[in-house]
Amino acid sequence: MPGRLLLVCILLLACALGSAAPSAADPIASPRARELERLVRQDCGSCHGMTLKGGLGPDIRAERLAGSDPASLAAIILDGVPGKPMPPWRPLLSESDALWIANYLLTETKP
Amino acid sequence: MKPALRVLLAPALIIALLLSAGLGNAGQTSLRGTGDLGIVIERASGSVLVIDASAHKTIFRIEGLGDLSHASAVFSRDERYAFVFGRDGGLTKVDILTGTIAKRIMQAGNSIGGAISDDGKLVAVANYEPGGVTVFDAETLELVAEVAATWSGGRSKVVGLEDAPGRRFAFSLWDAGETWVADFSTGHAPKITKLANIGKMPYDALVTGSGRHYIAGLYGEDGLTVIDLWQSPLVPRRILNGYGRGEEKLPVYKMPHLEGWALAGDRFVLPAVGRHEVLWVDARSFEEVGRTKVHGQPVFAVARPDGRHVWVNFAHPLNDMIQVIDTLSGTVVREWKAGPAILHIEFSPRGNEVFVSVRDANVVHVYDAGTFAKKAEIAAQNPSGIFLAARAHKTGL
Repeated sequence: MPGRLLLVCILLLACALGSAAPSAADPIASPRARELERLVRQDCGSCHGMTLKGGLGPDIRAERLAGSDPASLAAIILDGVPGKPMPPWRPLLSESDALWIANYLLTETKP
Repeated sequence: MKPALRVLLAPALIIALLLSAGLGNAGQTSLRGTGDLGIVIERASGSVLVIDASAHKTIFRIEGLGDLSHASAVFSRDERYAFVFGRDGGLTKVDILTGTIAKRIMQAGNSIGGAISDDGKLVAVANYEPGGVTVFDAETLELVAEVAATWSGGRSKVVGLEDAPGRRFAFSLWDAGETWVADFSTGHAPKITKLANIGKMPYDALVTGSGRHYIAGLYGEDGLTVIDLWQSPLVPRRILNGYGRGEEKLPVYKMPHLEGWALAGDRFVLPAVGRHEVLWVDARSFEEVGRTKVHGQPVFAVARPDGRHVWVNFAHPLNDMIQVIDTLSGTVVREWKAGPAILHIEFSPRGNEVFVSVRDANVVHVYDAGTFAKKAEIAAQNPSGIFLAARAHKTGL
C-alpha cells in the first residue's frame, strides 16, 4: 500500500511541522490556513497583541474565550462590534475563513 | 588542570570571549559617536538591530527583549542608550555603542510605548495592564513613581504618552476619555492635572516639536482634541469636529499613529480615522484647511524634516503601498508598491534619506528622499519600528 504509506507520512510530517489546522474536520486547505494564522498573529495582533493577550482590544486567548460558540465568534469577526473598534472583516474574509479563525482562537494555546 | 595553569588561562579566555562578542573591537578601531546610529525593532523575534544610518549597515543584533510587537523607543540625551518599550511590559535599556543590554526590567503586563523627560532623567511607560503610567530613573531603571489611571470605570488603558517641557508627561485614558498631565518639576512626586471629557476613546496623541501643543486623536468621535500646554489652567479644545461629515466610517484594520506627526510648513498633516484621507490643519488656528484622498486607511503620515513632502503608509490590507504627498499642492506625487506590510517610515535627521520597514519581506529599504530611488536594503526579521538616535533631541519623540 504505497499510497496509504505516503498518506501516513504526509500526515506525520504535517503533525511534525505543527500544522495550523485547528480541527480534523477543517475544510480549509493548509496554505490558506497558514495565511489565516499569519493574519491572526500579525493583523488581529495590531489590536489584540501578537500573542493575542490583548492590547487596545481584549484578550482573545483560548482560555479567555473558553465556552464561546464558534459561530458567534465568527459573526463578530465578520460583522465587527458596533460602537467598538472591532471592524467588520466580511470585506476580506469568507464565512469559512471566519469560522476557521474562531476555531483556531478557541483551540490554539501556544504563545 | 593545574591551578596555576587555570589562572593563566582564565584571562586569555575572557579576552577571547570579549573579542568574539565584538567588545574588543572598540579598542582596535577608532572611537565613534552614536549620533548616526539607530535601532530597528524585529517584532517577532524579540530582537533589535543597531544600524549605522549612513553606512546602511547593521552593526549589532541584540536579542532577548521579549514581545516587541508594537514596540517603540526613545533615546538618552547622550544618544548612547535606547529605551525600548516592549508590548509585554518589558523596558530594556540598550547600549547602542557596545550592542549590549545595559538593564532590563518587566514593569507591567501589557504596555504601549513611553517617553523620556526633557532633562533626560525620567523614563515613563504607558500601560494597558494595569492601566496607568510608571516612571523610572533613566540611569538605573529604578521605580520613581506610579500613576494609576483610575476612573469611575476602574483602571483605564493609557495611550499617547508624550514628554512635555518642564519635566512633564501628558497621556490619555482610552476608557475614560481623559487627558492627564503629570508634572515632575518639583521632584519624584508628580502633580497630576486631570482633564475630563476630552472625547471618546482617545487612541494616540502627539506633542508638537515646540512642546506647546498636545493633540489627542479620537476613535469614538469625529475629531481631535488639542491642549495648549502654555495655558494655565489647561483647557482641552475640540478641533476638526465632524471631519467625517457624519458618513459611516470605513473599517479600520489598524489604528493610525500620531507620533510620526507631520508639520509641513505652516500646516499639520494628520491621518483621518475610518476615512482614506489625510487632513491638513492650520498650525496656528487648528482649523481644517484641506484634505487629500489617499490609497487606504493611513497609519503614519510623516513629513520630511523640511516639510516639503509627506510620506504615508497604510493599514491592512492595503499596506504594500507608499504614497508621497507634495505639501505645496496637497496632491500625491509618487506612489509605489514597496513590498508586503510596510510598517514604519523614519527620515534621516535632515531628511535626505528615508528608512522604510517592510515586515513581510524581512527588509528595511533606504530611499533617497529627493529622487525616491532605493539606495540600499538592510536585512531584518519582520522589522517594524525604526528609531534613529537623533530623536534624542526632539520633543515628543
